[in-house]
Amino acid sequence: MELDSIEKLLEKYFEAETTEAEEQVLREYFTGGSVAEHLKEYSTMFSYFSQAKEERFTKQVPLKPRVNYYKWISVAAVAVLIFGIYFGKQNQEQKEAEYAYQQTKKALGLLAQNLDRGTQKVAYLNEFQETKQKIYKNN
Amino acid sequence: MTQTEFLNVVMPFKDKLYRMAKRLLVSSEEAEDATQEILMKLWARKKGMAKYRNVEAFAMTMTKNFCLDRLKSKQSGNLKLVHSNYADGNTSLQQQLEVSDSVHWVEKIMETLPEQQKMVLQLRDIEDYSFEEIAELLEMQPTAVRVTLSRARKTVRKKLLEKHSYGIG
Repeated sequence: MELDSIEKLLEKYFEAETTEAEEQVLREYFTGGSVAEHLKEYSTMFSYFSQAKEERFTKQVPLKPRVNYYKWISVAAVAVLIFGIYFGKQNQEQKEAEYAYQQTKKALGLLAQNLDRGTQKVAYLNEFQETKQKIYKNN
Repeated sequence: MTQTEFLNVVMPFKDKLYRMAKRLLVSSEEAEDATQEILMKLWARKKGMAKYRNVEAFAMTMTKNFCLDRLKSKQSGNLKLVHSNYADGNTSLQQQLEVSDSVHWVEKIMETLPEQQKMVLQLRDIEDYSFEEIAELLEMQPTAVRVTLSRARKTVRKKLLEKHSYGIG
């Protein structure tokens, strides 16, 4: 590459008017071995640019496939809900049964009481019977 | 989109994201964290990725915005400066030292540039983006990109020449 054209390109370069191809030319010239003495300073710039290009990102990025938590949470919620309804219902049924049992017991108790009273009253009939017997015997 | 497909999409430009982040955040740990963050964000919205015309440009803009936010937030008041090792080939030790030293200057000089200039210079001279792409990425007018780039290059030249003539690192 002619020194003259390199200088011209350099001028354009600092005005930011060079095309990518022209910049490539400059870069090759300045990173190559034979740079004119009075342009040596610029080679630092271009060699820095090409060195900077070599830097790599080496860190490993943990890419976990995103677990769809919502799905499992809703499954769990539905399960809990169903269990809740099931056991709640059972509980209520038990309570109802208990209530019915209590009521029945009460009713039966009442019945027994009344029956008892009835038999007590009926006991007077025996009195009548005995008296009747006495009368029969006396006759 | 499976993990392998995602990596195939992301692999070609993840280094560019990292370098951009590092240019803005200076510290390589910060830049690594930022890049990781960006990649994870991309992964999280991988379903929508097919919709983006240019995933690379999209990711680049994301990185830019993320880093600028980082810089703005107070936490980053104490960014660390991290020196990278410049390893390369077949020059003599003396020369190598000299070159890596002055090459290091360029990095230092770039650190002093305003963010906009940093980004434009990074995208153009290191990542070889076209003016249109840069304009789109940075949400700037193409002419503004040119002006900024010219300014950035001239500043680097000026400071580099100063250093060379005074020989002070």
